[in-house]
Amino acid sequence: MAILKCSGLTKSFGRVTALEAVDLEVESGRIVGLLGPNGSGKTTLIKLANGLLAPGSGEILVGGKKPGTETKKLISFLPERQCLPDWMSARDLMGFYADFYDDFDRAAAEEMLKRLELDTGKKLKHLSKGSREKVQLIMVMARRAKLYLLDEPIGGVDPAARDYILETIISNYNPEASVIISTHLIADVERVLDDVVFLNKGRVALASSADDLRERHGKSVDMVFREVFKC
Amino acid sequence: MEWNFDSGGPIYGQIVEKLKRSIASGELGPGERLPAVRELAVSAGVNPNTFQRALSELEREGLVYAIRTSGRYVTEDRGIIDSVRRELARRSVREFLSSMEALGFKREELHGLIDLVDTDKKEE
Repeated sequence: MAILKCSGLTKSFGRVTALEAVDLEVESGRIVGLLGPNGSGKTTLIKLANGLLAPGSGEILVGGKKPGTETKKLISFLPERQCLPDWMSARDLMGFYADFYDDFDRAAAEEMLKRLELDTGKKLKHLSKGSREKVQLIMVMARRAKLYLLDEPIGGVDPAARDYILETIISNYNPEASVIISTHLIADVERVLDDVVFLNKGRVALASSADDLRERHGKSVDMVFREVFKC
Repeated sequence: MEWNFDSGGPIYGQIVEKLKRSIASGELGPGERLPAVRELAVSAGVNPNTFQRALSELEREGLVYAIRTSGRYVTEDRGIIDSVRRELARRSVREFLSSMEALGFKREELHGLIDLVDTDKKEE
């Protein structure tokens, strides 16, 4: 069964249509790149899946259910913006996440933090921006969720941090779960993707397996993207 | 193992190619046990399913084999390894010939060129 299914999904904000008639299915065990320029509807789609927005028309289902209390157990969400209380330390956060989520794997979080050689007693506000982003990703990936929604996880980090983040994603998701990564930094993520979905002005411009796309075009997903979105 | 992917064809194909070269050159020896897919994927920085697809392709070609409970191994069949080695060598020669042709060299000039490079090497 598809973990995420959109049919005819449409969402407008006033006169602006953010998503229009989106049909999409994400199978379990896939890492999917939700790719599109700024303003193409990526975050809107993620917020709809999370139940943070309600569809205008059409339908979005997570694990066969409409977004709500039940589907929140299935989804682990990394928002675009920093959302954690900055007076907490990484250690505090682990307690916080363990209280909120039954599926939080504290041992996994501790292991990832150890590899980062980060002082887990230090308050977030005293960490660098890059470290804060990594801590937030670790909390999200340490949940044993069915669907990980990562909104711009590599925006604004250096190449070494980007490698750490991608490695954390591939080594922590379990094969029954799916990961949706929204980004416009395609060259950086395409190696970790099973599937790609190009969003353009709220519509699905292309959906394909990443390697099939590379095979058909004989070039990288990034290069195909540049052609599709040529200004 | 160092992993570099170019922007050309599919990633799984590039992994197949790289592992073939490692097996042909003996970097991965006959009967050697391969790390788990997840581990390989993380070290190459690619999707585990993509790496799995590459390994399935190598299995299909008889270069690696899987034992259900203990993992994947490089074949011990030296005949297969040697035929891959020859196939890769032939391809390198073809590439060499076509780039020489593009530079306007004739086939009979090539031996002279190779000797010349050999002398250069000795002088170093």
